[in-house]
Formats: sequence, structure tokens, C-alpha cells
Amino acid sequence: MKFDTPATTNPIDQLKVVGKPTDRIDGPLKTTGKATYAYEWHDVAPNVAYGWVIGSGIAKGRIASMDLEAARKAPGVVAIVTAENAGPLDKSKRNTATLLGGPEIEHYQQAVALVVAETFEQARTAAGLVRIDYTPADGAYDLAAVKDKAEKTKDGDSVVGDFAGAFAAAPVKLDETYTTPDESHAMMEPHATIAAWEGDRLTVWTSNQMIDWMVTDLSATLKMPKDKVRVISPFIGGGFGGKLFLRADALLAALGAREAGRPVKVGLSRPLMMNNTTHRPATIQRVRIGATPDGTITAIAHEGWSGNLPGGSEETATDQTRLLYAGANRLIGNRIATLDLPEGNAMRAPGEASGMMALEVAMDEMAEKLGMDPVEFRIRNDTQTDPADPNRAFSQRQLVQCLRLGAERFGWAKRNPQPGQVRDGRWLVGLGVAAAFRNNLLTKSAARVRLDQRGIVTVETDMTDIGTGSYTIIAQTAAEMMGVGLDKVAVRLGDSSFPVSAGSGGQWGANNATAGVYAACVKLREAVAQKLGVNSADAQFADGQVVAGNRKIPLAEAAGADGLSAEDGIEYGDLDKKYQQSTFGAHYVEAAVDSATGEIRVRRMLAVCAAGRILNPKSARSQVIGAMTMGVGAALMEELALDKRTGFFVNHDLAGYEVPVHADIPHQEVIFLDETDPISSPMKAKGVGELGLCGVGAAVANAVHNATGLRVREYPITLDKFLDRLPAMG
Amino acid sequence: MRPFTYERADSPAAAAAAVQRRPGAKFIAGGTNLLDLMKLEIETPAHLIDVNGLKLDTLEATPDGGLRIGALVRNTALAADPRVRRDYSVLSRALLAGASGQLRNKATTAGNLLQRTRCPYFYDTNQPCNKRQPGSGCAAIGGYSRQLAVVGSSDACIATHPSDMAVAMRALDATVETVRADGTTRTIPIAEFHRLPGDTPHIETALVPGELITAVTLPKPVGGTHVYRKVRDRASYAFALVSVAAVVQRDGSGRVAVGGVAHRPWRVEAAEAEMPRGAKAVTAGLLADAKPTHDNAFKLTLVERTLASVLAEAKG
Ligand SMILES: Cc1cc2nc3c(=O)[nH]c(=O)nc-3n(C[C@H](O)[C@H](O)[C@H](O)COP(=O)(O)OP(=O)(O)OC[C@H]3O[C@@H](n4cnc5c(N)ncnc54)[C@H](O)[C@@H]3O)c2cc1C
Ligand code: SF4
Repeated sequence: MKFDTPATTNPIDQLKVVGKPTDRIDGPLKTTGKATYAYEWHDVAPNVAYGWVIGSGIAKGRIASMDLEAARKAPGVVAIVTAENAGPLDKSKRNTATLLGGPEIEHYQQAVALVVAETFEQARTAAGLVRIDYTPADGAYDLAAVKDKAEKTKDGDSVVGDFAGAFAAAPVKLDETYTTPDESHAMMEPHATIAAWEGDRLTVWTSNQMIDWMVTDLSATLKMPKDKVRVISPFIGGGFGGKLFLRADALLAALGAREAGRPVKVGLSRPLMMNNTTHRPATIQRVRIGATPDGTITAIAHEGWSGNLPGGSEETATDQTRLLYAGANRLIGNRIATLDLPEGNAMRAPGEASGMMALEVAMDEMAEKLGMDPVEFRIRNDTQTDPADPNRAFSQRQLVQCLRLGAERFGWAKRNPQPGQVRDGRWLVGLGVAAAFRNNLLTKSAARVRLDQRGIVTVETDMTDIGTGSYTIIAQTAAEMMGVGLDKVAVRLGDSSFPVSAGSGGQWGANNATAGVYAACVKLREAVAQKLGVNSADAQFADGQVVAGNRKIPLAEAAGADGLSAEDGIEYGDLDKKYQQSTFGAHYVEAAVDSATGEIRVRRMLAVCAAGRILNPKSARSQVIGAMTMGVGAALMEELALDKRTGFFVNHDLAGYEVPVHADIPHQEVIFLDETDPISSPMKAKGVGELGLCGVGAAVANAVHNATGLRVREYPITLDKFLDRLPAMG
Repeated sequence: MRPFTYERADSPAAAAAAVQRRPGAKFIAGGTNLLDLMKLEIETPAHLIDVNGLKLDTLEATPDGGLRIGALVRNTALAADPRVRRDYSVLSRALLAGASGQLRNKATTAGNLLQRTRCPYFYDTNQPCNKRQPGSGCAAIGGYSRQLAVVGSSDACIATHPSDMAVAMRALDATVETVRADGTTRTIPIAEFHRLPGDTPHIETALVPGELITAVTLPKPVGGTHVYRKVRDRASYAFALVSVAAVVQRDGSGRVAVGGVAHRPWRVEAAEAEMPRGAKAVTAGLLADAKPTHDNAFKLTLVERTLASVLAEAKG
């Protein structure tokens, strides 16, 4: 189905099932332990052997020698795979460094060997006996040190008007630099894969967000035909972008299984997840804003620097600034430098998550300089069109409504604009606000829908559920379209034998995958109508029946003994070129700062989101509160601590890399504006899972400023960065 | 993890004898620290002697009005004991500020005292570390050292002792009771129990190889207001940046021990004379010889401010 004109009324608009706060249909499987995660398929691959990955002990250089003797002789060892015996491998274009390194080493903990043994313990013990000598080389590890060597990215700068002139002439100006650290996805489930060969066919049970990318990249890396690889990943214990790509677990499991001649299981240890896989790269961001005294922005510049391995991409931290606020003169762009750190890549809301942490603090600082309320300052500079192209309107843009409603619900009027004034015992208390912004991305997505003689509708698509609720919203979509209850819908996901979907990433999963299911269901409805000899336009699908004229036929009957099946997908025209499609929100935070120790504790949070039709308010709320939690982590504690001498992330486990715990997360409230966006898809929905993260960190930072009067422009805002500026102790 | 053999001992004497039979063996109690370290091959004992069956899991009053805590008393049980909560509440608070509920259910009194540092380089076997591999160097010096020691450190090691419980016990003047492999017993004041790193950071306590802790004894209660304040980057389940255990008497005198700053719970009795004059004066004495790194110099200010807050709280 081609979607190239805005949606009109369709069966989804009935909202009998879609839009309801349905519990997740896969919940019972998860709470009873029946959902099979990648490492837990105990009966698919008999005689499985266990692989343990050895990562490089240096960040850059060469392996001088590798002594495998002792490991080979260790009890239970079945095989050892290294670059020497792995056979010829390609590198897919979605991987920056090779997944099996050696003799050249590109980053710390780059996989250099897999030891396969009868048991997990034997594999790990034998791995400890492998002796590797390295010849280290000098590398570049510190972004600040290489910043001046950074280059403009291929997208180039967005230049509108004359920024330099307008900024120089602006009566009120801000020029500040902010930094965000490297971050780890830190999802619960490690990367893990079971691989099994049958002749020249390979099956992997894995944990991956993008099934088709995985099939493409695994077959390309192994130099084998794509149709000989099957990927199965129905349950995923979190990914946050860390599982978008083929990683060492899957490649090495496949190589290990080939070498061992039997299935092999590989899970990455937490230290390997931190240094072997991808991470959100650190940024340095300079923001300049010029305005007239009434708060009208006349000039805005946002430049962002990040680093990556050669060939890796940049963190697009400045991109939202092209679209969020008005301003006639603009200069916006990203720069990239070469760093020999583990590969930087997408982590939840790549670009905006880091970029909003700078831009939205800059807006707060600017409001303060102007003596304006920060909510009003943002509203003053709202734009309903793309600031670089006034002919290009936003499909929907309710930023102002989000800010206003949030201010009202949060009690913003009670905020003391004078920072450092509100005390509660030993705590300094403050309120902060930030806008939320994330683009809505359109990608084609397909599904197959089958109707059987019991009237059961089964949806199959290679879409993934990374804990987000895909199973549930897909079931709701099919139920609405086919006029059945959720109990009559079965959803099967995460298998490369199913039609290719949008997958999970970039908050594009929900809207695109359900639109694909919608398309397939439209086709199935046509097949049903045709079978019943009625005009599909006249047929009503409701309560398990097809109603046409005065005929009422049970769906099951239409299916007949052989059942009916339809496959289709959604494909997009140029509506996303004609219109700018984005999601909006407002974050409000109350934070308290211990006046003695500087410990920061968030007390209250509210997010108001305008993100098209909310397909399931319960799962959408879960996404947003999870994102708000992640934003607190980014603001206050998350940082991959870098050893700048030797180029690795030192705090490589969950004791060292702190993410918020329950005690850090107070009352969280989420409000969704009643919105539909017919320009987005037939579902009229948009993404929401990343929107909830964009801006939260800045709202926390702004609340800390309001509480203390102090600005920390270097995330995370830990007490060591401002302790000496707190008021003297009495 | 290296393969190991395992046996259960059923009395302290049997445990001591078992150690004598198998030099290099280690005791295992809750296992919450030892097993993690074994998985990473930071500890590689060839033999484990399980001490959980030693019946050292009771608390009893001592003749002079103190409290004797069996080595196997779990952190959860110790924190909840009514005598501890009433007479030694700084200890109860310190315990509850540590780890998580699940870990405290397993963690024992002896195991807690003997838990090893959280220096991140200690945990990465690719990195030089004098504590893990004597003579290999110290990757933390000149590296990422935000969490590490500011006082009592050496050119060989700047690690801290991570225990909360031990900080409170230091303030309470606890003593550690042991039995050696040859069956002889002794008592070690807590002040002498943990060592500074010096040139031998791998030797962390006064215990000799094979020496078993049987109990920790607290002297008779000293009264006063008990405060334990742990400062950390998140609200729970994090090791201390610094912590302060204080017992403050009505006249302003008292005792202070500090965690997160040194290779052992840090207390300088002489500095306590300054307590009535306030945190600045006490801290000056406590951290007189501090040698912080660039990353952790903030701890000096943090100790002073935290102590000031604790003293204010104690005053009520
Ligand atoms: C994620 C995490 C977070 C934590 N957070 C904190 C925290 O915030 N604060 C804190 O204080 N602690 C914290 N801990 C540490 C925890 O308190 C210790 O792991 C625990 O106290 C160790 O006790 P155990 O009985 O399990 O010791 P084990 O692991 O069994 O043993 C530890 C050591 O003691 C030796 N040993 C045990 N019993 C005896 C004995 N009777 N005689 C002689 N030697 C003995 C063992 O041989 C071993 O060397 C944390 C631990 C983890 C894993
Ligand atoms: S500080 Fe101590 S524990 Fe840490 S690396 Fe140096 S020697 Fe090892």
C-alpha cells in the first residue's frame, strides 16, 4: 500500500480496540518465564557448546603473538576461533570496526578469539589460559584534544541568513559550551546468540532489534547468500539501540558453530558490552543565541563535535536545532573527529537526546538573561514551519499546548524565578522546564495476516518487541481492522521468515509496523469480501462478523477450511518531504539539592507529549516514564568513564556505571495530548518512545539551577562539579 | 573461574585444620564478594572451605556490657537486632546504607570486613594493578580515580576500602576475634585490622594466611547521638563517595570515622578533640596528610561539608 496522501477516515478511527490502555499480551509469558530470550532456547539446538569471547587488552596496535596451546588442552575445549582460522570475512557497512579483530586491533575489547567448550565454565576457564602479546600503538582517545581536527559531516551545515552579523548585533546574547559524556545502553539482557548450521544453512536465535539488517549483515560478513540465513528473535530484554546491529556474539557463535561442527551459544559479559559493543558517543556542543529584549530570537547557532573510529558516523546532536525554534539567522552543524575508542553509534534518541541537553539549557540561560519566564521564552519563539523553508509546515506541532498544559498541571506559577531561594530543611529546591522534540521517521514495513476457520487472525511480521509493547499494539491494530476481540488475534514477531518490517529503532517501530499490519489487513478484508461475494467497500467488520447489506456472516466461515491469507506493506510517498513530521512535548521537573553535600534528588516529574494518535496509552506511558528515568540518569549519573591514556571505558560493569535505581525515581506523570496526525500514516500515529527522553536531562539541569543558582554545563551533573560553589556551611 | 574443590567445615577448629591441610585455601561465607572475584580470576583459590555451618551466627551480650557478633551473622540480621538499633545505631544505619536487601541477606559480618576494593582497574585483568598482581604497577594512578583514596595512600596503590559497616565499627572501637590455622586465638583491635597499602597493597589486613574470624565484639555502649551519612551519586545501591560515622555526645565531644577516603576506615582520634569547634577543625586534623588526585580532590571539601551537616543533625 502506498501512502502518499493524508489519511482519511478508516477502520482504525473506530477506536474500539486501538487507543485503549490494554495490558501487554506477552505479559503472562514474561512473568511466568516462558518467553524465550536468546540465551534461553534450551531445546532448539541439541548438543550445544558454549563460547566465551576474548576481547583485546589494548585499544590500538597489533597482536604480536597469541598462545592457544594451554587453552586447547584445557578440559572440555572443543574449538577456538581467531581471525587466523575463521576463514575469509567481509565487514558489513553497518559495522565500523571488524567484529573479529586481529592481528590489527581497532579498539579495546575488540573480539580476538572465541573459546568453545562443553560447558560455559570450561570455556571461560580455558579463555583465561590464552596468552596474547600485543604491540600497542598510539591512539586518539580524548575528544577535547582532537576537536580542532574535526571535520564537517557530509550533511554540511544548515545556514540561513547571516548568523555572524545578526549575533554580533543582538542586544542580548548567549555563547556557551556544553559537554555530554559517552554513555552505555546498559540494557538488562546481554547480547546473546545461539547459532546452528544445517549444511550450508545457518539459523541464529539472538537478541536483535532489526531482523532484516541482521540477516543482511550476517550473511554479508560470512560471504554467504542471504536466503541461507535465518534469524529468530521474538523476545528482547532491552536494546536501546545497542542491538540494532550484528555484533560479535552472533558472528562468533556462527563461526564457533562452524568450527565445532555443532551448535554454539555465546553471551557477552557486561564488561564486553561496555567496551566491545557500541555506545552513545560523547559530545562537545557550542550554542549561541542572540535575541532582542522582547525575547525574539534573531540568531541561533549550534555546533556539535563528536568522535568515532575511522568511517564511523557522528552524533547528530545539533539536528533538532534546525527545527525547534524560530530565528531568521541560523548556523547549525555537526563535526566529526577520529577517535580510537569502541564504536560510537545509536543509543535511544541518537542526536536529540544529547543535543537537547545542551540546547534546552541554553534556552533556560537565555531566558534568565532576558528576564523572561523560560516557558514564555520558548512560546515566543515557536514556529509552525521549518525555519529554513517557510513553505514547509509541520504536519502537527503542539509544542505550545504541551508547555502551557504542563505549566498548569505542574504548578509552574509557584516557581520562584530567583534561583537558590527555596529551602526545605537542608534541601534547596527548584523547578525546571524543557521542551521535548524528536522527529517522526517513516520506513516501509510489511506483514502477513492469516484468518483461519476458527476465526483466529494471526499476524506475522519480522517486527521486534524490545519491551516496548509491539505485540500488543499490533494485536490491537489487527483486532480493530478485522472486527474481532484481542482474544482472537495471535501475533508472531522477530523471525526472518516473516515479511520485513520497520524493526525497532528511532521510535519508528510503532507507527510504521502497525501501518504495515493495517495494509495487510486491508488486503485480507478484500480477500474476505471477495470470498463472500460482497463489495469490500460496503462490508463492515465487527464482532467477529462481516456485515454487508442485510447479510451477517461470521469471519470464521469466510475463512473456510483452508483459511485466507494476505500480505502487504506500507510504503511512503513524499509526505515527509512536503511536511516536517516531528513529535513534541514538555518536561517539568522538581529537584532538590542537599545544601551540604550537593547530592541531587529528583522529586517530581511531568511529561506532556503530543505525538499523534496514542495506540495504547498504557504501553506508551511505560515508554515515556522509562525514557524520563533514562533522562535522569543522563543528567545526574550516567558516564562511561574514559581512561584517556589507554583508551577504554574503565567503569565497565553495573556497579561502576550507575543508572537510576528505584529510590532515584519519584512520582512521574505523563499526559498525552489528544492528537491525530493523518499525514504520518493510516494509523495517524507517530513515535513516542524516544520523545520521552529528549529534553528531560535539561529539565533536571534547569531545576538544579533554579534550586542552587549554579550552572553545570558538563554532564553528568555530579556533586564534585559544583560542591565548592554551594553556599558556605553555617 | 579456575576449577576448585570445596568442603564444609562444622566447627572453627575444623575450619582451621582444613586450612592447614590445604594452604592457599579460602573461606567462603556469603560468597557475594568472593564469587564475583573468582569469576573474574582476580581470586583463584584452589580450595574453598565453607564456613556457613560454623554456628557463628548469633549475637550475645558480653560480661562487660558489650555485644559479641558472630562472624557469620548476616548484615540484615545485624542491622535489625534491637540491641544494635538501640545502643549502636550508627552500625545499623551503616549496614542499611550498604549494597541491597538481597546482598545484605547473604553478606556476613566477617565477609563484609574482608570485602575487597572497588577500584575499577582492580577489576580489569588487562590492567596493571599492584593489589591484584604485586609488582605490576598501578593503573589507577594517573587514570580515572574519582572514587579512590585521598589519604593514607601510597605510590603503589590508591584504592579505598568500600565497606560501610567497617566505618561504623571503627567509630565504635570494635575488636576482631580470630582463630589461626594452628588453633591459637587472638583479638585484633579494629584500628589495627585493616592496613594501609604501603608497598604491599595486596596485604590488606592483619590476618595471617588461614586465620579465621570468629566474631566482632563491640565494647559497652557509649551513648550519644549516632549518625551515619553516606554520600553517593545515586540514592541507593552505590558505594560511598564519602561516608561519615559519628557518635556525638551532648557536650559536643564524640567520635568520627570516615569511609570512602582511604585503604581502611579512616579515623584520627587526635582530631576528635576538635569536635566541639566544628567540622572544619576536625577535618583539618582528619585529612591533614591528604594527597588527593585531580579527580578526587573534591572529597576533601565533601568530608568537611558532610561532617558539618552530620554535626548539625546530631545537635538536633
Ligand atoms: C553489587 C554490590 C554492591 C555492594 N554495595 C555495598 C555497599 O554499598 N556497601 C558495602 O559496605 N558493601 C557493599 N557490597 C559488598 C558486600 O557488603 C560484601 O560483598 C559482603 O559484605 C561480603 O560478605 P560475604 O559474607 O558474602 O563474603 P564472602 O564473599 O563470602 O567473603 C569475602 C572474603 O572474606 C573471607 N571470609 C569470609 N568469612 C570469613 C571468616 N569468617 N574468616 C576469615 N575470612 C573470611 C573470604 O575468604 C573472602 O576473602 C556490595 C556488593 C555487591 C556485589
Ligand atoms: S589503586 Fe590499587 S587496586 Fe587500584 S589499580 Fe592501583 S594498585 Fe590496583
